[in-house]
Amino acid sequence: MASEATAVRGSQARNDGFSAVDLLGRVAPLLFLLILVAILSYLEPGFRTERNLFNVMRQVSIIGILAVGMTFVILTAGIDLSVGSMLAFCGMACAVVARGSRSLLEGSDPGGIRVLWAALAAMGLGLLLGLFQGTLIGYLKIPAFVVTLGGLGAWRGATLLLSEGQPISSFSDDFKWWGQGFVGRVPVPVIVFLVFVLIAFIILRYSQYGRWIYALGGNQEAARLSGLNTTALVISVYGISGFCAGTAGFLLTSRLNSAEQVAGQGYELQSIAAVVIGGTSLFGGEGGVLGTFIGAMLIGVLNNGLVILNVSPYWQPIVVGSVVVLSVFIDQFAKRRRRRV
Amino acid sequence: MTDASPLLQMNGVDKQFPGVHALREVSLHVWAGECLALVGENGAGKSTLMKILSGVYPADSGRLLIDGQEVKPQNPHHAQTLGISIIYQEFNLFPNLSVEENIFIGREPNRTGFVKRRDLRVDAVALLDQLGVQLDPRSIVRNLSVAQQQMVEIAKALSLNARLVIMDEPTSALTDTEVQALFRIIRGLKEQGLGVIFITHRLEEIFSICDRITVLRDGQNAGDLDVADASPEKIVQLMVGRAVSELFTKQESAAFGEPVLSVRGVGRAATAQDAARVVLKNISFDLRAGEILGLAGLVGSGRTELARVLFGADPFDNGEILVEGKQVRIRNPSQAIEHGIALVPEDRKLQALVLLLSIRENISLPNLGELSSFGFVRRKDERALVAKYIEALRVRTPSQDQKVMNLSGGNQQKVVLAKWLSRNPRILIVDEPTRGIDVGAKAEVHELLTALAHTGVGVLMISSELPEVLRMSDRILVMREGSIAGELSRPDATQERIMELATGLGSSATAA
Repeated sequence: MASEATAVRGSQARNDGFSAVDLLGRVAPLLFLLILVAILSYLEPGFRTERNLFNVMRQVSIIGILAVGMTFVILTAGIDLSVGSMLAFCGMACAVVARGSRSLLEGSDPGGIRVLWAALAAMGLGLLLGLFQGTLIGYLKIPAFVVTLGGLGAWRGATLLLSEGQPISSFSDDFKWWGQGFVGRVPVPVIVFLVFVLIAFIILRYSQYGRWIYALGGNQEAARLSGLNTTALVISVYGISGFCAGTAGFLLTSRLNSAEQVAGQGYELQSIAAVVIGGTSLFGGEGGVLGTFIGAMLIGVLNNGLVILNVSPYWQPIVVGSVVVLSVFIDQFAKRRRRRV
Repeated sequence: MTDASPLLQMNGVDKQFPGVHALREVSLHVWAGECLALVGENGAGKSTLMKILSGVYPADSGRLLIDGQEVKPQNPHHAQTLGISIIYQEFNLFPNLSVEENIFIGREPNRTGFVKRRDLRVDAVALLDQLGVQLDPRSIVRNLSVAQQQMVEIAKALSLNARLVIMDEPTSALTDTEVQALFRIIRGLKEQGLGVIFITHRLEEIFSICDRITVLRDGQNAGDLDVADASPEKIVQLMVGRAVSELFTKQESAAFGEPVLSVRGVGRAATAQDAARVVLKNISFDLRAGEILGLAGLVGSGRTELARVLFGADPFDNGEILVEGKQVRIRNPSQAIEHGIALVPEDRKLQALVLLLSIRENISLPNLGELSSFGFVRRKDERALVAKYIEALRVRTPSQDQKVMNLSGGNQQKVVLAKWLSRNPRILIVDEPTRGIDVGAKAEVHELLTALAHTGVGVLMISSELPEVLRMSDRILVMREGSIAGELSRPDATQERIMELATGLGSSATAA
């Protein structure tokens, strides 16, 4: 979100105007989230429980992890439409590796090694597929939209081939722990999501690599003429996105205790929505992962609130869609005001 | 067209842009059946004047008359209905459509929305015949040569019943035979009673096709002559004859050292497929430590292309580049930077700055390697480095976290310079270093470049402003059509000599 961009890049006092509209534009998603939480808490006391909070977070954690990777991609003015299908493919690959883990658990072997291999298979495959797509985009200069649209279809097909059309179900408790377990009272996927957000935040805000990403997204030619290896950078962000998709695939398979062919369908659009609601510009160079976190939470709370209020689930996509458009509108409105000065 | 008023008159046209007085009281006229040459240096106001004529901008004051009747073109379409057609260097054609579709685009003969293809064909053939052009109306424009595409543009202008055709450097991409073909068409247009305004940098063409010459200089009329009374020398003198240039004192030279950059026979073709069309042809020169080497020439003569090749931004096909006497391999900007080369590009907003980022982030961008430990930027060191250069270059800003977007042109240019000076380059290439910045900032940039040369940096300075070139350079290379047309030492250099070399009319010193 815009307010996060400010936080990231302007720790000192800023002088470029600070009107009410400006402020509203920067904190709009956070403000909207807080208002929504307040209203829901008032209408339904059950909403404000710790249990429900973690429930909401667990629901958004998979899309949230995809959105963290998507933030890197969109910051470079790219797009990754393949993450939902990639999630399914990686989830299926991980299930294939983990399939035998039940017998190991029942025997004397703790089965932990097998789970580790399964997780690495999902994440490694995601990384590789992402790097492959990134190479087509960065090196062969095929538009990201086209490459990842191809991926959207291809990886879904690969999932079907790999599984021969059948879901793979029932894993060991060790395996299921990653999707269903808790550390204290916090669900494991929520912890993974928060760790991803934290790492991405540190990279984008403090590292050299993060600075390169913003420079590349802000002006690719200037970045190249400043000596940056822009091709490698482009490839890398799709690698990151693929890695996140692989991780999400592992967690979702674990959480559902089943690798499904239809897993993650439509998640690409929801994760893009989270990034955009969070104020990262689709033109690149502006935004950050804290905004994405808020965007993902906003989607989760909206969906949860609609369920709590007994609104038909058919309304959910309509509401989320409207919020995407509204948040971009507010952001752009504020920026226009800011730049006119 | 037999009465006493010219086809077109522009009287006292004045135009101001923020910070620039582009045109001051400019007047010109064109008679029916006449070809008028409009000449002047880059930035003299030719393009602005033609944009006013074709309705792109309104004039601030002044009158436009066609057949003695005052008109005010509101937009390009309106100008077309007034009979004014302009043919730009970059054609406005649809590459995937055929010749006939392009000629009649938006005005296709039709019956309730369906194109009458036969009428379209007949009309197109009639037009092309009128022009005397052999061209299949069904050809797809993408597959045509530049010259043929130009014919399509001219046919389109005729189909719009143009009475005045403006051609902006129509010959710059044509071969000699194509130029002759174009001239035949222009003569045909004149015979049909059309007026033509012909903008060119190639002065010799004026003598073969034009009847009269209007010269612009610094946005003002500098002279109006009949071709019969003109000579190339006279035209060049009118183009550059600035009295103000005397006000600039030449900068003191530094002591020169060994060559820091040597270029040997560098050439580059326009595209890999088309080796015949060269962008750079056999370029060789030395740049010594402490020297400011001016690179003059017209826009499009290959100056910027040379700078980009030397910095690794574009590839080159043959020749070699030596840094401090050693042959180096420069295939991307990062390798050039490693060899101590820096480039301040032509367009700071598009090529040099990330406008959304702060001054700090822009200046430190090429230095992040040195400013980082284990991949993380050492913020304190970064701030110190940036503060040093903001101070040294007197960048006017309240904070180094100010977004570059919010700075003035002069301050933005200082940020670009700071970004590269912070790397202590041995070779600094600057492309139009003072374009679009105010006089004060310009003087500061000039001082800075001189001071750098005194510290032993070799500076290669590209500029279209002749007074700037003359004032700053220790030696001047003049480029024309991708090769070095000549070299002038400091005592010999005058605006006239540079223009002679740049336009190819030099009676002497044309050895390359």
